[in-house]
Amino acid sequence: MPPAAPITGIEQLREREPLNALLASREGAIEGARFDRDELTLEIRREAIAEVCEFLRHHEQFGFLADVTCTDWYPEEPRFHVVYSLLSHARKLRVRLKVKVAGADARVPALTPMWPAADYFEREVFDLFGVRFEGHPYLRRIQMPDDWQGHPLRKDYPVEGYR
Amino acid sequence: MAQLAANPEAVQDRTMILNMGPQHPSTHGVLRLILEVDGESVLRMMPDIGYLHTGIEKTYEAKFYQQGIPLADRMDYLAPFHNEMGFVLAVERLLGIEAPPRAQWMRVLLNELQRISSHLVWLGTHALDIGAMSVFLYCFREREEILRLFEALAGQRMFTDYFRVGGLALEPPQGWLARVKKFASTFPSRVDEYEDLLTGNPIFQERTKGVARISAEDALALGLSGPSLRASGIDWDLRRDAPYSSYQKFRFRVPVSTSGDVWARYIVRVQEFRESNAMVQQALDGMPEGPITADAPKIVLPDRDKMKTQMEALIYHFKIVTEGFAVPAGEVYQAVESPRGELGFYIVSDGTAKPYRVHVRAPSLANLQGLPKMCEGRLIADVVAAIGSIDIVLGEIDR
Repeated sequence: MPPAAPITGIEQLREREPLNALLASREGAIEGARFDRDELTLEIRREAIAEVCEFLRHHEQFGFLADVTCTDWYPEEPRFHVVYSLLSHARKLRVRLKVKVAGADARVPALTPMWPAADYFEREVFDLFGVRFEGHPYLRRIQMPDDWQGHPLRKDYPVEGYR
Repeated sequence: MAQLAANPEAVQDRTMILNMGPQHPSTHGVLRLILEVDGESVLRMMPDIGYLHTGIEKTYEAKFYQQGIPLADRMDYLAPFHNEMGFVLAVERLLGIEAPPRAQWMRVLLNELQRISSHLVWLGTHALDIGAMSVFLYCFREREEILRLFEALAGQRMFTDYFRVGGLALEPPQGWLARVKKFASTFPSRVDEYEDLLTGNPIFQERTKGVARISAEDALALGLSGPSLRASGIDWDLRRDAPYSSYQKFRFRVPVSTSGDVWARYIVRVQEFRESNAMVQQALDGMPEGPITADAPKIVLPDRDKMKTQMEALIYHFKIVTEGFAVPAGEVYQAVESPRGELGFYIVSDGTAKPYRVHVRAPSLANLQGLPKMCEGRLIADVVAAIGSIDIVLGEIDR
C-alpha cells in the first residue's frame, strides 16, 4: 500500500500543531508547509530561523533539538536545505524546520549561542557542506582534518575525493 | 587540529594544557580531550573528534537501500541491531510497508538482547576505569553468551546484517528461542552479582556519587538523550512515548533517576538490564506465528525454493539484486531508542533505488556535548568516570 498523498500548503495545514501557534505570532517567518508520512515540515525564512526556534522552544514546549543537518540539491538552486528536527517531550510531537539557501550565499544564523545542543551539529554541517553558521562561537571543522580541501557531502564532491 | 583559545580568566602561568587521548584506554575509542588544568583540577575541556570518520553518510548515497543495512551495523558497533532497526524502519516508512507481527517481535527481542549486551560492555569498562577489575570479567562472560546467540542466528557475532526492509533475513534456527529463554531465565541472578560487586561498594560509591553532575535543564539544552537524560530526571523513552515495531504491546517500566551524577547514570542502566530482560521474556512468551517478511515481492527477496521453481520469483530476485527497488520520493526521520539514546535516521529519497541523502542523528555525538559541562571544575580522575558514564561509541560519533 503506497503512503497517503502529501498535503502541501500553509492554508491546507493551518489547523495543525504547532503551525497554528506559529501563524498566530510569527506569520511572516513561514514560507511553506508540507505534511507527508505523518511528519510536518515547515519552510522558514532564513533570517527568522533563530527566532522561530526560540519561540517553539520557550512558548511551545519544543525543548529538545534532536538534529541539525543539510541536504544538497545541486545543481538546483537554492541548493542547500538546512534541516532542523525539534521534539516536544511534553506534547509528544515532532516538527521539522527547513531553511533554503543558495550556493553562492550559503549562510544561516547559528542557533548555538542560544541553544547549545546545536553546536556539534552545526559544526558538522559546516564541515561537510560548507554552510556557514553566522554567530557560531567556534565554527571549525569537526570530522575532517583542519587542512582539508572541500566539503565531502556536497553532491559535486566525488565519492573518492579529489586525490 | 582543535585548540583551546586563550582564556583571559585563567591564571595563565599556573594552568597547563593536557592532551588526553586519542589513544588513552579510558576514552573508549579514539576520543581526544584537550584539558586546561590547574594542578589536578580541570578548568576547561574540549573534545576533539573525527579520528574514525569514514564518510558513511556519503557512502550511503552510492548504495542500494538493501546495501545500507550492513553499513548501518558499522556505526554503533556495540548496538548493530538498533542501527538496523532505525534504518529499515525509515525505509519501510518511505515505502509505506510494514513488517509482519512475527518480524516485529523478533526485532524487539533482538533489540533488547542487544541493549543488554551493550550495557554489559558499558558496565564492564566503566567499572574497569574506576578500578573495579573483576566486574569486567563477569560482564564479558554474559556478553559472550549473547554474542553466541547472535552468531547462531545470523552467522555473525557483531555485524549481524539480519534485518531486512520488510522483515527479517531468516527464520531463527531450531532450538534458538529455547536458548534465549535459558539465558533470560538466568540473567537476573547475574545482574544481582554485578550489583553485589558495585552497588553496595563504598569505594565505587565514593567515585560516582555527586561526580560529574548535570542538571535536567543543562542536559536538555545540550541535547542529551537516553539513559544520560533519564538520569537527570527527564522521563522520556522513545519505546514508550513514540512506540515503533510493536513496543506498545510490551509492559515495561522506564527507570528514571534525579541526581544527574555518574551514580544516577549507573543506577538507570542497571535497572534497564532488568527491564530489557523482562521484555525479552515477554517477546518469547508472546511470539506470534506467521511469516517473517512482508508480502511485497518487488522489495523482499523471494524464498529460495520459489526462486528455483517459479519464473516470477526468479525475475523479482534478479531485479532486486541487480537494480534494487525504487523508493517513492520523500523524506522521513525515524528515531529509535538505542542503548545510548535517540538514534535517528533522516533519509531523503528522490524516487530512485539509492537514497539521495542519509543522515544519522548519533546519540553519542549529542551526549558528548554534555561532557565539558560535567567535568569542568572537577578533578582529572573524575573525567575518566564521566566518560564511562555517558557511554559513548566513537564509531557512531564520527561515522
